[in-house]
Amino acid sequence: MLAPQGFGTFAYDFSHLLGGAALVLSFTLLYQRRLAAVIHIYALQACVVGAAAAWQGFAQNAPHLYVTALIAFGAKGVLIPVALHRIVRRLDIRRQIEPALGIFPTMILGVGLVGLAIAVVLPSTRHVQAQTLAREDLALALSVVLLGMLAMITRRNALLQVVGFLSLENGLMLAAVGIEGMPLVVELSVAVLVLVAFVVFGVFFFRIRERFDSLDVRRLDPISEERR
Amino acid sequence: MIFSGVPWAVLVPACPFAAAAVLAMVPSWRAGAWINFLACGLCFLLAASLPFQVGIRSDWVLVDRLSAHMALLTAFVAMTTAWFSLTYIRGEIARRRLDRRKLRLYHAMYQAFLGGMLLALLSNNLGVAWVGMETATIAAVLVVGLARTPSSIEASWKFFLICGVGIALALFGTIMLYLAATPAVGAGLAAMSWTRITAAAARCDGRVLNLSFVFLLLGYGTKAGLAPLHSWMPDAHAEGPTPVSAVLAGSILNVALVLILRLRHVLSGNAEAIDPGKPILALGLLSVLFAAFSLWHRRDVKRFFAFSSIEQSGLAAFAFGLGGPGAIFAGVLHMTLHTLAKAAIFQCVGRAAQLRGGQRFSDIGGLVGTDRLLGLTLAAGIVAVAGLPPFGLFASEFLISVETLRHSVWLALPLGIGLVVGGWALMMRLQTLCLGPPGPDVRGGTLPAVQLVPIWLHLAIVLVLGLAMPAAVADWLRALAAGLS
Repeated sequence: MLAPQGFGTFAYDFSHLLGGAALVLSFTLLYQRRLAAVIHIYALQACVVGAAAAWQGFAQNAPHLYVTALIAFGAKGVLIPVALHRIVRRLDIRRQIEPALGIFPTMILGVGLVGLAIAVVLPSTRHVQAQTLAREDLALALSVVLLGMLAMITRRNALLQVVGFLSLENGLMLAAVGIEGMPLVVELSVAVLVLVAFVVFGVFFFRIRERFDSLDVRRLDPISEERR
Repeated sequence: MIFSGVPWAVLVPACPFAAAAVLAMVPSWRAGAWINFLACGLCFLLAASLPFQVGIRSDWVLVDRLSAHMALLTAFVAMTTAWFSLTYIRGEIARRRLDRRKLRLYHAMYQAFLGGMLLALLSNNLGVAWVGMETATIAAVLVVGLARTPSSIEASWKFFLICGVGIALALFGTIMLYLAATPAVGAGLAAMSWTRITAAAARCDGRVLNLSFVFLLLGYGTKAGLAPLHSWMPDAHAEGPTPVSAVLAGSILNVALVLILRLRHVLSGNAEAIDPGKPILALGLLSVLFAAFSLWHRRDVKRFFAFSSIEQSGLAAFAFGLGGPGAIFAGVLHMTLHTLAKAAIFQCVGRAAQLRGGQRFSDIGGLVGTDRLLGLTLAAGIVAVAGLPPFGLFASEFLISVETLRHSVWLALPLGIGLVVGGWALMMRLQTLCLGPPGPDVRGGTLPAVQLVPIWLHLAIVLVLGLAMPAAVADWLRALAAGLS
């Protein structure tokens, strides 16, 4: 444990550097149109989260976090992106995806969400003194979660929605590792991995090429007319 | 600790998981169906011992009145539904909606679904409860998409994405709740246990509690089918195999509501935190009103009853939002009775859909004309869910209304509108479904009465609890409600 925590101490600044990097990558996910690039960015973000877990494991002197880091590197950084690339090839998905919402409004919304996350988390954790390491990290993690949801909403392609969901899970892991002494982090990260793997498997299992009508409000009406 | 102190309670969720592993390896669907039923029966017997073990609270296991009650109910409905499923799947094979390979997955996932729910109910650890919910969700998604028709795949994908985001939010809420609890109970497993957090609620960090409440309410509210997070439910109910609709309709909603109720109890013990009742009440009222009006436009019978489930789930959430021993008593009673009645209805609808070869109102209309017994049973089920006497839901809805009036007249008005509009829609549909003339090109056929036995069992319990609730049950529920308010 590196005792003094606050701006200027290395443990503190480095964990924020990693959290900030994950957030920047979330923004990149919002505007990237090439499918291959989106998958690469996701892999990179997973590695950053893995690095954050490893760093927290070192700073909090909690060796079990190295397992979480290893899971993030191995499964989310390598295996899942490889699987996603394979799905793109096998199912012959279009490589260029137009977002449902223009880039500019999406980015503005994203900035707004980050502002919201900071405005919500920082004041309400003011009294959490024992864990200064956690406070800003939590705000960053919540931002990643919210941007992941935004990416799911603004994309009309099933695979990109899946990537949005995966990035959301990265935010969750970032939050879990940032909290000092949290038990079951490894178990939870395995459970989350199962969920994540299942989403990816689901795309393949159900052979989902395009986004579903039901999630696209514009195409929802005729179908529900017929079936309701 | 687990193995020395509380063997029975741990066996309750362990039994379905073990059965799931066995069923995944049994190739024969006939054997699978029987193993499924017997495992559910064993699980129910194990769960029946839970009320006698109330008071167990280790770091992992929690058997209090609420969890014992809900686990027993869940295991009971799963058992009768597995019984129903024995003959139901034969019909599905005849209709070629399922084949041998799919049935293997179906039986294994049925047990995994049950195990996940029981795990979430009986676990004292927030993280384990979350894992239980996750397991139940994944299992349910696989079963809903089983028919592999475009509409069923669409339904399961929608179910998965919406509930996936929901449980992701719930995990964030869980992490925040841990952060809120650490100043009061210290770091480590204790800060993730419901009982410890509840006991030390006053000393938790109120602001962080608020934050965790928002995420957990949204996350588990999605699974409870509360509006505006309900949109996965009608599709999942309509497309999934009927036995799963029957269990989904009641049990998974209950598990989510139980977690919300526990959370409410934590927040109400903290002076700094917001009043948790109002947001829960608002979501509940919104669900009741939204679902009551949505009931009017349905053409698919299962979809129709899914909206009715949203309404009833909203009503229970409304009661929990009101708070106080009376309202929580009424809410838990309502949840219990609704689960039993709705499972009965779905079983009837499943049989009727198999007889008639479709699940629209136009396919099933005039059921009494072709199969008197099934038609009248379905009619009784609908009367029960509409909240009319002599069934028990009349009593629970009446109690909730009385509690609402005691709270505020202005809340009673919209609630009353919702209940009347919803009940009216149900009665209108009762006419077309059961009593009206069957359509011109309707296939006939009747069902052997023995297949209706599990349905009658459900309705009989709902009837007895409405007309003459045994004193022991009333005392049990009263003590349950008093422990949570």
